[in-house]
Amino acid sequence: MNLLLVLPVLLPLLTGATLLALARPALRTARVLAVASVTAQLTVAAVLFTTAANGLILSYAIGDWPAPFGITLVLDRLSSLMLLLTALLALFALLHALGGVDGRGAGFHALFQFQLLGLNGAFLTGDLFNLFVFFEILLIASYTLLLHGGGASRTRAGLHYVVLNLVGSSLFLVAVGVLYGVLGTLNMADLAARLAVVPATDATLVESAGLLLLVVFGLKAALVPLHFWLVPAYSSATAPVAALFAIMTKVGVYAIVRVYTLMFGAALVGPWLLWGALVTLTLAAIGVLASRELRAQIAWLVVFSVGTLLAGVSQFTGMGISGALYYLVHTTLVSGGLFLLADLIGAQRREGTHLTSGEYPAARRWLAVLFLVGAIAAAGLPPTSGFIGKALVLQAGLESSEVTLLWASILVGSFAVLLALSRAGSVIFWKSSRAPAAAAAHWLGSIPAAVLVSAGLWLALAGGPLTAYTDATAVQLLSRGTYVSAVLGHVKEAP
Amino acid sequence: MEALVALAIGVLVGCGVYLLLRRRSFSVVFGLVLLSYGTNLFLFAMGRLNTHREPLVSLPGPYTDPLPQALVLTAIVIGFAMTAFVLVLALRARGMLGSDRVDGRGGDE
Repeated sequence: MNLLLVLPVLLPLLTGATLLALARPALRTARVLAVASVTAQLTVAAVLFTTAANGLILSYAIGDWPAPFGITLVLDRLSSLMLLLTALLALFALLHALGGVDGRGAGFHALFQFQLLGLNGAFLTGDLFNLFVFFEILLIASYTLLLHGGGASRTRAGLHYVVLNLVGSSLFLVAVGVLYGVLGTLNMADLAARLAVVPATDATLVESAGLLLLVVFGLKAALVPLHFWLVPAYSSATAPVAALFAIMTKVGVYAIVRVYTLMFGAALVGPWLLWGALVTLTLAAIGVLASRELRAQIAWLVVFSVGTLLAGVSQFTGMGISGALYYLVHTTLVSGGLFLLADLIGAQRREGTHLTSGEYPAARRWLAVLFLVGAIAAAGLPPTSGFIGKALVLQAGLESSEVTLLWASILVGSFAVLLALSRAGSVIFWKSSRAPAAAAAHWLGSIPAAVLVSAGLWLALAGGPLTAYTDATAVQLLSRGTYVSAVLGHVKEAP
Repeated sequence: MEALVALAIGVLVGCGVYLLLRRRSFSVVFGLVLLSYGTNLFLFAMGRLNTHREPLVSLPGPYTDPLPQALVLTAIVIGFAMTAFVLVLALRARGMLGSDRVDGRGGDE
């Protein structure tokens, strides 16, 4: 059973390597292989999800090196939820790419698989240095995926993105070095056990390493003021890539949740996260209002969602983490869907995704309905899951020291999002009166976008079971001892 | 030896950060290289500075920690690949945007 843990890493690795070894395979072959691989990953993720739902923490020691010495893969509720979410998003992003985006440059499918390899690995690993390695894998795949299709704006955004992330990698290494120098281990469970008994003379050193890690993960999550790379990168990437990137900021959020619930504790980063989240919410709301282009607006929505997520996480209470995780599932699927939808809209009018009146999209009625559903979900109005997620985060915020500011930022920000999205929708679908020159695309092409955008509705229907699951996840995360003993094999209670 | 290594790391990182903040892509790439050298040296020093000690537990006598050496090797390989990539990207940006400035201003608009 535990062997199954390797599959989410192994499947994309083998598929990607096969695609590379075939040296420019026919597009048809590449597509069949890629879809088969992602479907298999979805199946494996679903099996792992049902396993982890029982509350067990599985660990697998690669090469049978025992826990603190070798690399371990660990599956708990949180990582299985992230795996399932990644596979789901990847499947629909890939299906959308089959519409022709994948043929615009070489190696799209191989890179897509390597991106999944990095994502799945980052969610599964139980070793801090291994987390760095998987970060690098997902980053180098994302660098090239971002440039897929070519063009000046992609190159410019890509250069900034790469340089910023390379600096982030250096900081990550410094933090890892300090932790290893003081504590002599990099296994996360072992680190958690040793951090609990760290001598007072080394406490400052360890804390500075912990805060350095926050900078690194904050850069990945696009926490203000580390968010500058996100909007140009996401708004210039091709649609399926941008949709897949919707999970990339969540990798940062995942790492924050994992590292600080397990290892450092809430007191170190709670205030930083809370204030960072508040500033992120405010700036992102302004960004959403100020965008003159639909994809940039959706990219700002991603930043806004990171603010909401981290506002929930910063409480480090069961309720806060549970609410944030529910919102995380919602926002990843919906913003991925919106990126795909923006691509459909842009392809069917001469103005593209610019928010100026002119031609309406060829399939106006259908796209308008999809946009309405997505916008309601993104703004967080009932009856969608955006409303439930935000309500959960707000409820958790009641215990915060800054409850007034927190509520004001989220509620005013949501209002700004609502305003901006209704303006965008009315400009594209109502104020544009000229018939488009382009013909309507086949309706089949809009299915992936439709499924993802309507996630707001079906996640609300599944609200009961899903919140029960995220509640259990938060409980599991906050009892560190279970994770530590599950990985190290013997009971080494961390207080 | 400690002072010398610490000084070397400090100078490398300092120069790296200075160059990173310059506006031409060549300086930025060069800054990244220096920064990663400094980081690698730092990571290596985390195994403590020893001389004449084998990284083998089975031999008698004091031994040195082999793990930072393995870590730094991984970091060097990854850093090397990333530098190669960012160089190609910077060259391509120079050709495509008609300017090697990374601050978004200048002849590329």
